[in-house]
Amino acid sequence: MPAGTTDAGCKVRLEWLCVLGGMLMASGWPALGNAASAQALASQGNGRGAPPCQSCHGTDGGGQAAAGFPRLAGLDAAYLARQLEDYAEGSRASAVMQPIARALSARERDAVAGYYAQLPVAAMPAAPKPAADGAGATLATRGRWSEQVPACEQCHGPGGVGVGAHFPPLAGQPAAYIESQLKAWQQGSRRNDPLELMQHLSRALSAEDIAAVAQWFAAQPLPAAKVGK
Amino acid sequence: MMRRLPALVLATLALGACTDRSPTDARAADAPPAPAVAASSPPPEGKRAFAPPPESAIPAGPYGDMVRLGREIFLHTRKNAPAYVGNGLACVNCHLDAGRLADSAPLWAAYGMYPKYRKKNDHVNSYGERLQGCFRYSMNGKAPPLEDKVILALETYSYWMAQGAPLGVALEGAGYPRVPEPGRAPDYARGQAVFQRDCALCHGADGQGQKVAGEYVFPPLWGPDSFNWGAGMHELDKAAAFIRANMPLSRGGSLSEQQAWDVAMFMDAHERPQDPRYTGDLAATRKAFHDTPMSLYGKRVNGRLLGAAPAR
Repeated sequence: MPAGTTDAGCKVRLEWLCVLGGMLMASGWPALGNAASAQALASQGNGRGAPPCQSCHGTDGGGQAAAGFPRLAGLDAAYLARQLEDYAEGSRASAVMQPIARALSARERDAVAGYYAQLPVAAMPAAPKPAADGAGATLATRGRWSEQVPACEQCHGPGGVGVGAHFPPLAGQPAAYIESQLKAWQQGSRRNDPLELMQHLSRALSAEDIAAVAQWFAAQPLPAAKVGK
Repeated sequence: MMRRLPALVLATLALGACTDRSPTDARAADAPPAPAVAASSPPPEGKRAFAPPPESAIPAGPYGDMVRLGREIFLHTRKNAPAYVGNGLACVNCHLDAGRLADSAPLWAAYGMYPKYRKKNDHVNSYGERLQGCFRYSMNGKAPPLEDKVILALETYSYWMAQGAPLGVALEGAGYPRVPEPGRAPDYARGQAVFQRDCALCHGADGQGQKVAGEYVFPPLWGPDSFNWGAGMHELDKAAAFIRANMPLSRGGSLSEQQAWDVAMFMDAHERPQDPRYTGDLAATRKAFHDTPMSLYGKRVNGRLLGAAPAR
């Protein structure tokens, strides 16, 4: 199933506008070949079909909350590289990211993953905090064990700061991004989770649960100095 | 293999049966009356179903504050009871969902079974003394004095969860469900393969857990920051039972019985902190406290004599 069908149509159009813009920017540059530096990839693309990452993910790698484009800065390098591989190979479906990942060589994927991992996390604008006893907070910090749903924090760390190469940070990611990923796990368009943990537990969540927990994590502060490996 | 079990099971059954048949209902004293139907028609196998009250029902006021303190100690043990914790674990690591989850040794099922005779220390233990044991062995720390606020808070939290449960009756979901003896003897190499495939993701390839900002998110399974050689989890049957019912998180029941025994064997064949009852002689300590095939303490596995070079 194409990823686009899991999202509202208007968001998909927005993603494509962004990508088209990036391609126009990239087309003004000569082909960079496999030797393109990670920074050049991020800012200019590779001239072989991969637009600049920053056109959607921001010049500082901070993402774009309104469009649901995730932050890449400070994420674990191995995690980022694996996502690009999984887009290319198809276990993570996305109409936008799959062609981009396929246009990158394996070396370019690793390079760009390493580049974003070492970028510092930009300060987040203050977000209104969801209620500490609301549905989102409860799922995030206590889970719903009657349906075998652990607290998100049990794997993603306190406040969702992320743990190692397999449990990415949720704190401060756009609510629209977290929501779309939970739905993608639920519907099977994303199935690159270790031990199928997310595919399995997401089935116990309602649309309201997903919206609430996404908003809770989006509003969690990030340690400003956190830099990935 | 299960030599110690029959006596324990018999004792438990005898206690349960005795209370069940008692003409005066022990619950009447301080619990709301159960519906007459439930009381007159116990479910099969002599076990009663029970569900603890929702967390949202913890009352305001000083009593509720003590319940909440107990829950916080349970969830974040190191932070809230630092004087008594000697490793990187928390109560909730072995009792999931803050001690509420059935088949994960829930507190509401344990509370009404004490005072109780325990073979482990050969006397009748109060619930408080049972909690002390957790700190001494599973938390590799120091037992809080019985009058300490840590014990009071954990007792209050347990009592609150157990309200309405019958006294002295084995409840459905108590402890960890026993896993039948496997067809093949538990095996280190097969367990290692299970561990690498299904456990290392969270507990790390070296079993040492994973930390964020200096605090464990995933607990270490052996080594200096794990439970010591006196903890129940070092016995193969208990570890297999916990693992089979509860691991990996959210995928409890996904391992086969054989896999649960094998990976329990792999975990429990690693060094960990010394049993605090160590007499100075490994063989004598084994004879006194670990004389069961379920314990690898003092046994040689892959050329290493377990307990001889305990983790510090």
